[in-house]
Amino acid sequence: MSYLYAAYIATWIIHVGYLGTLLRRYTRLKREIQEFNRREET
Amino acid sequence: MKRVFPILAVLTAALLSYALFQALVAAPTEQSMGDVQRIFYYHVPSAWTAFILFFINFFASIAYLIWRNTKADIVALVTAEVGVVFCTVVLVTGPIWARPVWGIWWTWDLRLTLTLVLWLIYVSYLVLRRFSSSGQTPLLAAVLAVFGALDVPLVYFSIWFFRTQHPQPVIGGGGSIDPRMLHILLINWLAFSCFAALVCWSRYRLEALQREVDETLALEALLEPRSSRTGTSQTGRTR
Repeated sequence: MSYLYAAYIATWIIHVGYLGTLLRRYTRLKREIQEFNRREET
Repeated sequence: MKRVFPILAVLTAALLSYALFQALVAAPTEQSMGDVQRIFYYHVPSAWTAFILFFINFFASIAYLIWRNTKADIVALVTAEVGVVFCTVVLVTGPIWARPVWGIWWTWDLRLTLTLVLWLIYVSYLVLRRFSSSGQTPLLAAVLAVFGALDVPLVYFSIWFFRTQHPQPVIGGGGSIDPRMLHILLINWLAFSCFAALVCWSRYRLEALQREVDETLALEALLEPRSSRTGTSQTGRTR
């Protein structure tokens, strides 16, 4: 049973880890856009 | 489209939960392997999803080589990235399944080795895209992807034409499967396919937006020295 749970947990760690990197990239891009807009306004 | 995404995300989460329940609780226990055989419901759909993504990457790369279409280039990048994630799942769950069944974590069997080579090809594709700053990067990546995709049928058919440690395919091959197991396998595949499609969609939007921002910043950097030379203010320039 431990092998079964290890496989399922590993699968979701990989997927959640990848989603985490996407979220981090999105946050960075959002910050870049905000900075750009602020520069444009001044 | 922005309103549709959360609805699809909730539906996919529900489908994944249902598929998980089916795999862990509802599926019959296999006689010889016992419960560990349930890894099959994650391992096989992940492999199929990765193959489909690599095939989409292949066609998008050909489309880019023919038409130099930016959207095709983004689709190629996105499908390679998500494909690598699913291929990683296959390479991780496979040894975890092999250990209690074969007694070993890994063997340099043809199917396993070709799958590892496939993963390495697409990782190198992503490394090329990430670290090459040449204007020819999308073109080089597309050529690499076209050759890399040749490994997908080799991986799939390796167990048909060669004697390997890996079991025969359960659909259309020498293996057989209980209809209930097949049903649950297909539910899991559908769930993972929907999940992959949603992730690809999000990644596509992110990449398209990133390129838009990069182009704007590059344009701004190009215009800045001229405005400083001519003495015009930053706000006074035409875009």
